[in-house]
Amino acid sequence: MCALNSKIPVGPVDKKWTDYKDHALLVNPSNKRSIDVIVIGSGLAGASAAASLAEMGYAVKCFCFQDSPRRAHSIAAQGGINAAKNYKNDGDSTYRLFYDTIKGGDYRAREANVHRLAEVSAAIIDQCVAQGVPFAREYGGLLDNRSFGGTQVQRTFYAAGQTGQQLLLGAYSALSKEISKGSVKMYNRHEMMDVVNVNGKTRGVIVRNLVTGKIERHGGHAVLLCTGGYGNVFFLSTNAMGCNVSAAWKAHKRGAYFGNPCYTQIHPTCIPVSGDHQSKLTLMSESLRNDGRIWVPAKLEDAKAIQQGKKKATELAEADRDYYLERRYPAFGNLVPRDVASRAAKERCDAGHGVNATGEAVFLDYAAAFERYGHIEANKRNLVNADSATIIAMGKEVVKEKYGNLFDMYQQITGENPYEVPMKIYPAVHYTMGGLWVDYELMTTVPGLYALGEANFSDHGANRLGASALMQGLADGYFVIPYTIGNYLANDIRTGKIPTDTPEFDEAEKAVKDRISFFVNNKGTRTVDHFHKRLGKVMWDKCGMARNAKGLTEAVGEIRAIREEFWKDVRVPGSESDFNPELEKACRVADFLELAELMCLDALSREESCGGHFREEHQTEEGEAKRDDVGMAFVSAWEFAGDPGKAVLHKEELVYENIKVVQRSYK
Amino acid sequence: MADHGMKLTLKIWRQKGPKDAGKLVDYPVTDVSPDMSFLEMLDVLNEQLVMKGEEPVAFDHDCREGICGMCSLYINGRAHGPQTGITTCQLHMRSFNDGDTIYIEPWRAEAFPVIKDLVVDRSAFDRIIQAGGYISVNTGAAQDANCLPVNKKDADAAFSAAMCIGCGACVATCKNASAMLFVSAKVSQLALLPQGRIEAEERVLNMVQQMDVEGFGNCTNTGACEVECPKGISLQNIARLNREYLSAALMSEK
Repeated sequence: MCALNSKIPVGPVDKKWTDYKDHALLVNPSNKRSIDVIVIGSGLAGASAAASLAEMGYAVKCFCFQDSPRRAHSIAAQGGINAAKNYKNDGDSTYRLFYDTIKGGDYRAREANVHRLAEVSAAIIDQCVAQGVPFAREYGGLLDNRSFGGTQVQRTFYAAGQTGQQLLLGAYSALSKEISKGSVKMYNRHEMMDVVNVNGKTRGVIVRNLVTGKIERHGGHAVLLCTGGYGNVFFLSTNAMGCNVSAAWKAHKRGAYFGNPCYTQIHPTCIPVSGDHQSKLTLMSESLRNDGRIWVPAKLEDAKAIQQGKKKATELAEADRDYYLERRYPAFGNLVPRDVASRAAKERCDAGHGVNATGEAVFLDYAAAFERYGHIEANKRNLVNADSATIIAMGKEVVKEKYGNLFDMYQQITGENPYEVPMKIYPAVHYTMGGLWVDYELMTTVPGLYALGEANFSDHGANRLGASALMQGLADGYFVIPYTIGNYLANDIRTGKIPTDTPEFDEAEKAVKDRISFFVNNKGTRTVDHFHKRLGKVMWDKCGMARNAKGLTEAVGEIRAIREEFWKDVRVPGSESDFNPELEKACRVADFLELAELMCLDALSREESCGGHFREEHQTEEGEAKRDDVGMAFVSAWEFAGDPGKAVLHKEELVYENIKVVQRSYK
Repeated sequence: MADHGMKLTLKIWRQKGPKDAGKLVDYPVTDVSPDMSFLEMLDVLNEQLVMKGEEPVAFDHDCREGICGMCSLYINGRAHGPQTGITTCQLHMRSFNDGDTIYIEPWRAEAFPVIKDLVVDRSAFDRIIQAGGYISVNTGAAQDANCLPVNKKDADAAFSAAMCIGCGACVATCKNASAMLFVSAKVSQLALLPQGRIEAEERVLNMVQQMDVEGFGNCTNTGACEVECPKGISLQNIARLNREYLSAALMSEK
């Protein structure tokens, strides 16, 4: 196995990418036609990569488990996409986007990658507009921007609360264009079951046709995993039901190191859990923090009365409300980064100030916004003597225009009208910064195996800023991989078609078939979800928003016990040669049960608090995260060694030459 | 929750495979909380079926927040159930009453064959998009985004059309199983934007042709699609599609 070589080009940070592109190897157009590239996943990273590589001439196969590539979970991203366009004339620049992302990531991301991300960000917006993505515009016909957490400039492009949908449909249209030409062969309802390595290089995949159950072999000169994050290890998260770690985990077991598995993003603005039946959590876009104010009752007796339904939020006087984010972080207020906002909510709720029956919720209040927008509207319409009811009504209209779909969604789920009573929110698992370790070229530690988008660990350090996931997914697919993959494939032009009738494919296929046949024949007594829910609870309680050595050590033991029980007692109905969703779930949960242990080991070994990783042993007197920049400024890259508990830690030192590393402060 | 749980009778379409005959099967469910989503209620049923050694009910779903377009149930004779403006995954059990009988069926249309139980094959929609639902711009070839101002009214109208999630409720609810609302949404989005005008004629002709090839029915302007569309895609898009098609067909040299 190769040692960690991040392949960061030499030279000043703002010249590295240009210099790399100037010297990377190329594959000429006629040779590209005989090179097969396999893309797993059709979200922003996968669809953009598959389309772009096909346009260049590579023979691409793309696989997704959904019924159409347009369903990938990128579609659910609400708020927006960052780009250093400086259209607002407010001082934005490539450097500032780079700086904000590194700082937001709590100084645990690689400088060279993040700078490249900032450099290509502007071209993403150009590309999407050319594809017909209907971004929000101003009356002059030019693009609008809004602000997002962790930044002081307005650089977020958006399409109402459906930015992810619009960007994904843009990438899907580009992909469809290539499918129609035959340059991409699309496989819907197919799930990757394993990667196949031949002589140390990844040369193909084993997939399962989810409709017929047929196991297929596909050979390729390179395989790109664009398979998203692993938030569903917590059972409850904002991820789609099908989101899973299996492709990445299989790659890990075949030699790809796993980077920073413990870095999980807990999003502060989600609809709180309502009961045991809950199957997923719904995010309320971070953009709501632009105009909403977050608070809890200042007095414990008020909180208790609200929890018991004896008092209403609207009955509390201004002086009895604690706008804790504005109090603790006056410079950023309600727009502090996600990790900070989430922990602050947990801190207040743990102290007994939560506001629903479970005590795990805080208010997100739009009353002040209704009034503020109402006054602006009254001024615009020259209504000098408008009474307060008219002003509030006009303000609600403005808010409806901006956030109407989110308010409707809230009402649909909770049965409460957010125009009349403040919304209740609580943090929930949303995104995983960790993922497969990749070098500057997005290649994992296995030659020929790449990871793009959320599936890799690369750009967000220990905490991702809002509106940066869409940016990274599309950057990787549209503007990074098309340049870096040639540098590898240029050496493959004489290889010829990859044969799939080799012992390596035989072995991988047999292992897949054995596992599937085990599941459908194991007459256990518990359902897959039973184990998944238990695993999720352990992870949320002990490897969630706050972690400590005792809890993590216990979690490792509990996860091992659940895993052992799962393999003895799981029941999967139906047949292997049929459409069988329970079987799909069983295969995915089996991998979550292994990943979970590695996450806890990683969290245990990271003796500091940074970003989404908060170790209770490492905090300041004020309860803020305390990093250890001397001992812990590295990426943890874990090598699989036969059992998740035996994983071997490799370290990639993080060197900051262009940013002064300081304790993050949003005060 | 058990104290105020609802008791319901579900009548669910069960069909083993595309070629098998299907039928409605009764399933009683108890302890249903009004805070559950409709799909969570089906999750509970499926857990019980698995424990009883029966095959769970297959249904499509993924994001469970109304945006991926994967869920697709025909509930009590209506696409996505009794509420308007939402998908099945956003439907909550507080929309039903204790003691209700609920009929749950798949989308029914020749172009959407049943795969199993409530799961249908909607790949016809993908092929319609592949026939022209894109702008032929390659990665890297775009000019600066603000070089192309777009009238806000047009941009907003394009966005409203682009909100289509491709779920197929319009087809399922139409007595002709027409896909006109779906096709018109994409044609409109791109026809309303200057960058989409360049290929507008070819696009509308090719997409309509593919729609016909797939076996979708004709539009007779009943307007049912607009009523049942979870994203409020307007019938005006069909009017625009007809205009675009007519003018393209007249101008076409094909």
